[in-house]
Amino acid sequence: MALDFEKPVLELEQKIAELSKVEKTEDINIDSEVMQMRVKADKLLEQIYTKMTPQQKVQVARHPERPHCYDYIKALITDFTPLAGDRLFAQDDAMVSGIGRFEGQACVILGQEKGSDTETRIKHNFGMARPEGYRKAQRLMKMASQFKLPILTFVDTSGAYPGVGAEERGQSEAIAKSIESCLRAEVPFISTIIGEGGSGGAIAVATADRVLMLQHAIYSVISPEGCASILWRSGEFAGEAAKALKITARDLKELGIIDDIIAEPVGGAQRNHPAIFQNVRESLSKHLAELMQKDADTLKKERRQKYLQITR
Amino acid sequence: MNWLTNFIRPRINSIVGTSKDVPDNLWVKCTSCEGMLFHSEFKENNNVCSHCGHHMKWEAFDRLAAYFDDGKYKEIKVPKVTEDPLKFKDKKYYSARLKESRAKTGRQDAIIVASGKIGGQKVVIAAFDFFFMGGSMGAAVGEGLVTAAETAVKENAAFIAIPSSGGARMQEGMMSLMQMPRSIVAVEMVKDEGLPYIVILTDPTTGGVSASFAMVGDIHIAEPGAMIGFAGPRVIKETVREDLPEGFQTAEYLLEHGMVDMVVPRAEQKDTLARILSLLMEPKQTALKAIA
Ligand SMILES: [Zn+2]
Repeated sequence: MALDFEKPVLELEQKIAELSKVEKTEDINIDSEVMQMRVKADKLLEQIYTKMTPQQKVQVARHPERPHCYDYIKALITDFTPLAGDRLFAQDDAMVSGIGRFEGQACVILGQEKGSDTETRIKHNFGMARPEGYRKAQRLMKMASQFKLPILTFVDTSGAYPGVGAEERGQSEAIAKSIESCLRAEVPFISTIIGEGGSGGAIAVATADRVLMLQHAIYSVISPEGCASILWRSGEFAGEAAKALKITARDLKELGIIDDIIAEPVGGAQRNHPAIFQNVRESLSKHLAELMQKDADTLKKERRQKYLQITR
Repeated sequence: MNWLTNFIRPRINSIVGTSKDVPDNLWVKCTSCEGMLFHSEFKENNNVCSHCGHHMKWEAFDRLAAYFDDGKYKEIKVPKVTEDPLKFKDKKYYSARLKESRAKTGRQDAIIVASGKIGGQKVVIAAFDFFFMGGSMGAAVGEGLVTAAETAVKENAAFIAIPSSGGARMQEGMMSLMQMPRSIVAVEMVKDEGLPYIVILTDPTTGGVSASFAMVGDIHIAEPGAMIGFAGPRVIKETVREDLPEGFQTAEYLLEHGMVDMVVPRAEQKDTLARILSLLMEPKQTALKAIA
């Protein structure tokens, strides 16, 4: 799926494809021309991706072909053992949860899964967790402290699910207590914003020692569309809102809200899954190694201090 | 920490504070039953309609005066924070909105922190002012909650938070979202000391405010009819495409669903607070000795 602003590249790629066909049927050497066009296409893609507007980043962050939570788990976690249920009401498939190994180290893994086709999207409720999801997260965070397992979360959600049942069962309380559980965790805690960091639904599992963010991911207090419809009184101003809200990795690094940016391959994570898996692996390893040096009290104290210092 | 040592004279303040909202008008119309209420009686009745019992918005200073013993308390200055961190502008500059709200309310931001005694027990209150940008929570409000918690710890006092807020202050972007964990860190400081943390949920308590400090209280007291919830009813309606249940997201609905301990009308709030505080805070050793 190509995004509207990627069209020039797409056109070039089509030409390359046509030329490649010609090459096979006629006896003319156009290898060098194809090669040149490829270089040109790559350059163009790189240019487009370096000059992306915040609104274009929103599109990339939500790109359906971007790796989702489960893709990262498959690529980076061995012995993954999903754990289900909040022990109170239900199992929530929007919140992926389990234990597994990262680089040999046993960890608790949490994250929102958006799904990749109609069937899985519905199964995972488009990555929008209900209270049960956050209560399951709380349960696993406590278990992490109990067994001294570091916590890794992969955040990708447009937000917590806005539904009658979710409200009835205390969506607010579930999110609040989930943040509290993050703050109480006695183990290293790393959150990676892999796509969309949607407000309260994201921070519920992203109050961490280190918050890493993919280069083209977004993280926002409200969706640009929602913000535009409230403050500009029209969703058409989503572009302006996206810019004003400062939701890109670079902006948030500058504001001291995230700790590190994970570079994406040219043209975004959706174009090269193995490359982004490798980058995420390296970044996670580095930060986890640093955090593993610290004891439980220090981790907890520093995590609290970190959040107290933001905006101070 | 900065201390404002002057005692606020509650009555004078209530007159000054509300005169702008009710200009030369002796009558107030109930926003629920539309019944007419005589202004002085309405004030006397803590902004509660004497016809239908509807609880209308209550000026924060009036509330503080009603709660604290003899109406006396000390306002605590909240340290300044970086203003307008994003240099935000929608149809209007955020800085201009701040200026306007300050002129309108005479307040620096949407929170007031005060310390004093309720039923003889030491208490620090952080109360939201809905009239300041809808009580939205940005860095200044977060700082108010942190200041209140730190003061409670220092004074060995209980911490009472009184939200009245639509949620995060969008104009501060992610800096406002960060107030969710920040406010919970504040609560953790109080809990670590074994001090009570009580939340009085007033209309409205929604979004990022309800999904953070407002829902981690030891005791949750809600005001009758208050709207309390995470997502706004309009957003939910658009998502589920069906009518919302009767009384959805009201204080009474939350009570029924186990999210608050009690719904208490204003006339009984002070006594309820005093009773709870004495139960939770009176010296434990004495109590245990008495049993033995
Ligand atoms: Zn009435």
